[in-house]
Amino acid sequence: MKRLGAFVLAAACAGAAPAQTVDGPRRSGFADMGPALQAIQKDDLANPAMLSVALGETLWAERAGAAAKSCADCHGDAASMRGVATRYPAVDPRTGAVATLDARIAGCRTEYQQVPPPPPESPARLALLAFVSRQSRGLPISPAAGPGMDEAAAAGERLWRTRFGQLDLACAECHDARAGAKLAGITIPQAHPTGYPLYRSEWQAVGSLERRIRNCMTGIRAEPFAFGAREHTALETWLMRRASGMEWEAPAVRP
Amino acid sequence: MARPLVSAPARVARGESFEVKALIAHPMETGYRPGENGTMLARDIVRRLVCRFAGDLVFDMTLSPAIAANPYVAFRVRAMRAGALELEWTGDNGFAAAHRVEIAVG
Repeated sequence: MKRLGAFVLAAACAGAAPAQTVDGPRRSGFADMGPALQAIQKDDLANPAMLSVALGETLWAERAGAAAKSCADCHGDAASMRGVATRYPAVDPRTGAVATLDARIAGCRTEYQQVPPPPPESPARLALLAFVSRQSRGLPISPAAGPGMDEAAAAGERLWRTRFGQLDLACAECHDARAGAKLAGITIPQAHPTGYPLYRSEWQAVGSLERRIRNCMTGIRAEPFAFGAREHTALETWLMRRASGMEWEAPAVRP
Repeated sequence: MARPLVSAPARVARGESFEVKALIAHPMETGYRPGENGTMLARDIVRRLVCRFAGDLVFDMTLSPAIAANPYVAFRVRAMRAGALELEWTGDNGFAAAHRVEIAVG
């Protein structure tokens, strides 16, 4: 771990390249994976994230809470969710604030089903998110627009370029300026959020983009933002704009 | 909770082998990892996967702690007559799951 830290630090000091948005074509992390993992993602019957989607399908139809309503009672067939995941984060009309898809689903459960939402990163919470996200697979990312969205994206971009932690690194220093280079033998991805929630073999589980960002923050020895924090929403808004037009792959598989 | 994903064709040609793919949600806790307080986490794995076709045993696998979470198993079966393909997983802590697919021949 110490050696890895020193390596990150050396890499950060070596190039004087300023943080900038990725040069050249944008690449999904999918393109950097080996053929074996790519095959797993492409085959719904081998992709372990589909187990989460299957659980989500069950939960979608399950009546819950004091209202005894299911997702399907209001939204009907899950096909009505097609395209939704490619737009979020978006302004929640009930609160007027920018919310992630995960937060909207949790809000739906609290308000309409009148049941406490499952805790962040719990299997049930990820399952509903994965099931809704799955409906948009193959569509281009098309982030919501509007004034509130511009502010959130700008806040996210500021965070993206802010140095954090004991290693004093900004997201942009790796994922913009050094994407494609190696970090401890692993290709640094451009960090496009094209397939969340996704199955990561390192986790042996499905996880959200927030979990992934918290992972990176621990890696640079910064204190990770809490689940559901405003900073996550801002970063996600910025990342989705940055990946605008790229293909939605959820639920993806990553090493 | 443990809802397996199983793929097998609904109709196959007599005597021709076909692929069965089975994926099941399971943590496959090895029993060799320390938990948060330093004590070892108890082993919790799927021990066995058995597949019967039309009542005959066609596939039997013993799983070990070295197998990753959410075990994915693929194998080939040949059908001489129509029948039900029945998969059964059993494991530690009374884990049990089953899945059935009807397969027609001809």
